[in-house]
Parts: sequence; C-alpha cells; structure tokens
Amino acid sequence: MSEKKENMPNEPGLDAEHWLQAYEQMVKIRTFEETANELYTSARMPGITHLYIGEEAIAVGICEALRQDDYITSTHRGHGHCLAKGAALDKMFAELLGKEAGYCRGKGGSMHIADQETGNLGANGIVGGSAGIATGAGMSIKLRGTDQVAVCFFGDGALGQGLLYESMNMAQLWKLPVIYVCENNQYGEYTHNSKAAAGSMVGRASGFGVHAQAIDGQDIRTVHATARLLIDRARKGGGPAFLVCNTYRFHGHHVGDIDRPYRTREEEAEWAKRDPLKLLEDWLAKSQHVEADVFQRIQQDVKTAVDEAVDFALDASFPNESEVDRHVYA
Amino acid sequence: MSTLENGTRRSPAIHAPGEREITFGQAIREAIAEEMARDESIFLIGEDVAAAGSVFKVLVGLLDDFGPDRVIDSPISEAGIAGIGVGAAITGMRPIVDIMFGDFTTLVMDQLINQAAKTHYMSGGKLKVPMVLRTTLGASRRSAAQHSQSLHALFSHIPGLKVAMPATPYDAKGLMKSAIRDDNPVVVFEDKMLYQEKGPVPEAEYTLPLGQADVKRTGEDITIVATSSMVYVALEAADKLDSIGISAELIDPRTTNPLDTETLVQSAQKTSRALVLDEGYRQYGVTGEIASVIADGAFYYLDAPVKRIGAMNVPVPFSPAMEDLTIPSSDYVVETAKALCG
Repeated sequence: MSEKKENMPNEPGLDAEHWLQAYEQMVKIRTFEETANELYTSARMPGITHLYIGEEAIAVGICEALRQDDYITSTHRGHGHCLAKGAALDKMFAELLGKEAGYCRGKGGSMHIADQETGNLGANGIVGGSAGIATGAGMSIKLRGTDQVAVCFFGDGALGQGLLYESMNMAQLWKLPVIYVCENNQYGEYTHNSKAAAGSMVGRASGFGVHAQAIDGQDIRTVHATARLLIDRARKGGGPAFLVCNTYRFHGHHVGDIDRPYRTREEEAEWAKRDPLKLLEDWLAKSQHVEADVFQRIQQDVKTAVDEAVDFALDASFPNESEVDRHVYA
Repeated sequence: MSTLENGTRRSPAIHAPGEREITFGQAIREAIAEEMARDESIFLIGEDVAAAGSVFKVLVGLLDDFGPDRVIDSPISEAGIAGIGVGAAITGMRPIVDIMFGDFTTLVMDQLINQAAKTHYMSGGKLKVPMVLRTTLGASRRSAAQHSQSLHALFSHIPGLKVAMPATPYDAKGLMKSAIRDDNPVVVFEDKMLYQEKGPVPEAEYTLPLGQADVKRTGEDITIVATSSMVYVALEAADKLDSIGISAELIDPRTTNPLDTETLVQSAQKTSRALVLDEGYRQYGVTGEIASVIADGAFYYLDAPVKRIGAMNVPVPFSPAMEDLTIPSSDYVVETAKALCG
C-alpha cells in the first residue's frame, strides 16, 4: 500500500455541529498542552512533560470514532489521547502536578495517566510497551465475546521495538479487534525516522497480513473517516489494522527541548502551515460557512475551563506520606 | 537426594494414611484445571501448551477439557504473550502465561517489571493485573547455560510482583490455586526436576496462602532454610546430620515475595544457627535477603554467622562432570552445618 494521502469520502451525517465538537476537543488538547508548558516554564510542575501540540487531529479523529467502553493505550506523549477519550481536565492537571486528586493519586504523573472509566488502560513510558497490553485487551474482548475495540497509540520511535511485531502477528493470527495507530511525528526523541526505520512503515504490518495504510494525520476528516472504517471492521470481526498517521511534533521532544538542533526552523515552518486546528477551521469556514466568532467563542470557553482546572489542581493537596506504600499490591 | 521409591522421590509433606499420592506435575495440572472449571475468566497461553500439553507434559488434557479458546498455543513470542497477559488481566481476565524455561523470562522483563508490576501502583490503585506467569528453574538436566538457570531472585527483587516456588506436590497445587486467585501478578517457578516427584495431595479442595512458610521438619540445633528442590537436598542433609547428633529444622519459605519473615526469625531464635540454601546464583541471590532477615531478627540469639549456599557463580556448564559441581549438594550442606555447629 502506498503512503500517499488517501482522500476519504466525508461520512454522511457528519454535519458542521459534529465537526465543531471535534474542533472543541482539539482546542481543549491544544490549550491543555500550552498550559502544561506554562506550568513547566514557571516551575510549578514537577518533572518534565511531552507535548502533543500539532498531533491533535489523530487522537480526536480516532477517539471520536470509539465508544466509551472501547479501550485505548497511550504513550509518554499521551495527554491528547486521554482527553480525547474523555478524561476530565481537572484530574489531568492534578496528576501532572502530583496531587492526590489526580487520576492516579499523583503516583503516575504525566506519563502514566490511566482512567478505566473512559477505557484508558494507561499511558506508557516505554515507547512500544503498550503494544502487548492493547493486544491483550483485544484477546480479552474476543474471549469475553463483546464487540469492543482496542486502539494502541504509539509513535514512530516504537517501530524500533520488537514487541510491536510479536503483538501484531498474534493479533492477525487470532483476528483480534486492535487498531495499531502509529503517530509518525517524524522523530523518535531527537532522531529522524529516516535514520531509524528502514523500509516501509506500512510494510511492517502488511507483511503479517494486517490491513495497513498511511494517511495525512493533520486532516481530522481523513483521520476520522479512516478510523470509522477500520474500527467498524474490527468490531465486526474483521481483525486488526495498522494505521500510520503522518504528523509533526510542533514542540520539542519534551518541554525542556527548546533548541531542537536536530531539525531546521524551515522544516518546522512548513509543518506549521498544516496545523490541524487551522485546517479544520478553514474547512468549516469555507464549506460549512461557520463564522469566525464561533471559533473564538469555543476557544474562550475552553480557556475558561482550562483555567478553572489549573486552579483546582494548584489548590489541591499533595498526597499524604501514608500514600507512598499503598497500591503496591491489590 | 532423598529416598528413591519406584523411580520417584517421596515428598516430605506430612503423609496421612489413605491419602492419595500424585506427582508434582499432576498437582500443577489439577490446580489449573480446577480453577479453570471454577472461573471462566481464566485462560492459559504459551508455547506448546495446548496440542503438546507443554514440553514437560504437565498440561496434557487441558486442551480437551477447556478447548482452544482457553488453552492457546502461541508463537514463540515470550514478550508478546506476557503483554497479552497484562492487557487481558487489566480488562477482566485471569490469564496464565506459560514461559517454557525460566531462562526465557529474560525476554519478558519489560512486560513483567515495567508493566505488570507497576500498573496497579501507577494507576493509583485503579487497575489490577491478576495474572500468573508460570515458568521453570533448576539445573542438572544436562541442558547447559540457557535452559538451566534459577532466576527467581530477579523477580523477587521487584515490588508489585509475587514469587512462589513450591517444593512438593501439595505445595504446588495449593500455591498455584492461590496464585491464580490473587489479584496481583504472580510468578510461579517450578523445578523441572520435580515434575515426577510424588507426594500426598488431598482430594478435597484447598489453597495455601502466599507468604506463609512451611516447617518441613522440626529440629533444635540449626535452621536450614531451603527453597524449591533444595528442600530435598536439605532433607537429605538433615538425615545425615541427625546420624551425627545434629538436629536440623527445615523451613521452606514457599514464596520469596512476600517472605514469611516471622517463621524464619522464630526458628533461628530457637536454634541459634541458620544456613540458607537456594539454587539461584549465590551472588545477590535470595539467600542474601533471607540471611539478612534472619541476622536482623535473630541477632541476639545467634551463636554463629548466618551462612548462605547457592549455585556457583558460573554459567551452568553442559558436561555432567562440571554441572553437578555447580549445584549445592547435601554433603556440602552437611559440612557447612557441622562447621556452624562446631
């Protein structure tokens, strides 16, 4: 299969209102991440974090095609996946700040947010580490006889780890309902994928007989339409799929990576022209005649919600010392 | 090794008259079969576990009883099946992941140590990983360095994992059932030399708690702590010591994590001497932790330093002439115990 952009037909029934909801979700992730960056630079956040800015169309486009009881596994760059699957802003920020009110009582932090109520099986600090977990969720779905689907998000850096290939092989052998979503943001940490991934990305999965395709990850309409087809297929027993979403990490590897000597400012400027939020705005304005003030109002509402969530998290308590050895064992 | 009877060694578990005897392997299979019949969320996955019934034939019959959806032959993908175990466990199943040789657990380290062991904690107690990883340990099958190691110390080190290492058929069945019912990842190490070991196992259902040591033999002069098949080496040593007037108490921790420190310390306080015997490499082995627990807890009662005996710190050699040198022998245990009691 080629890696050229595939223009998917717009799904019938998806009107402007639907896309404005998706737009709001993307704005929410963008604003969350910008705020997380501010918390880091103002030394109010412990540790570091990895920003999803630039890749929002993938998480939202795919999670909007999932049900609440479907599963996702996420990555170190995972805030977008968690929010898109339905996580609440206040518990997210509280976790980033190491507070007891956070999703993981401050025990996980930015890289390990899990929320079983929204089907989020956890973000993972090992780049390919969740391939097995998502595949196991697929096995569980099959054995329990439900029609859920599991989506495994990972970056192109994870293409270097063998677990992914063991997992996809078994998913195809046993027709497990797992969608492997490779967010190809071009860089594994500081190394371009041209130096790390030989051959074809989609060929890695099609060799197993897994349905594989590459799409433009900046265009949420393409991502969503593709995701709906693949998720529906998996739900009906059609087996796993491998979806490469070509995208770009607008910020550095993490919030402290501000010089980015491994890539050019020109390359960044080229990708900035394909900002996923701007692309959707342009389409909604031109094709659906949405007025500019609608976007502004959404942005303002999201900003208000994010500010309230940050205030909640900043005011929240740190865990009591007695928490430290709780939850080692169930 | 202890008394040979009809080609198999007799287990040291207390033998009630009329009670049936089965092998260690049969005990493991019974435990898994009973639990699978009781709980539909349990499934078994591994290399050659279904059609072949595992390389040691321990699982023969399970495929017929429970079908290919619940007894699953996997590709040779240890990390992959461990990952499947973690993901299935988080989402409501109770997988048993079979890793054919303990040496191959090195291939599942990320899934066990970074994923399974930490999921409950990192999620603030929301997610659970009720998974069993069963594998083997033990040398002396002339299998050389990559099929003979006893690597349980690696996992005993990790908070969030539990580690069981039964010595007798009775313990094997009771611990396996508890491991399957436990809501945490439990690694069960079975000595592949024990599968034909016979011992009394009641017909009636029972479980054994993880974290409770068993006094395999009572004594007064020295405490010998031994794990897995080293229990038999210790029993043989205890018999020899008995003949020269040294009464040895034998404690089998049965699980190294959690470790029943109370029973270990109480025994050492009683006997005033202790030696710890395990088939893992001696350096940084579980013997170090156990000896330290005893030294801390029984310091004022001890008449001698706590001694440790483990496998030699060498890769397990192939040639029988060399391999047997690397494993603790009952004679060496006797010599060490005599020196402590001297």
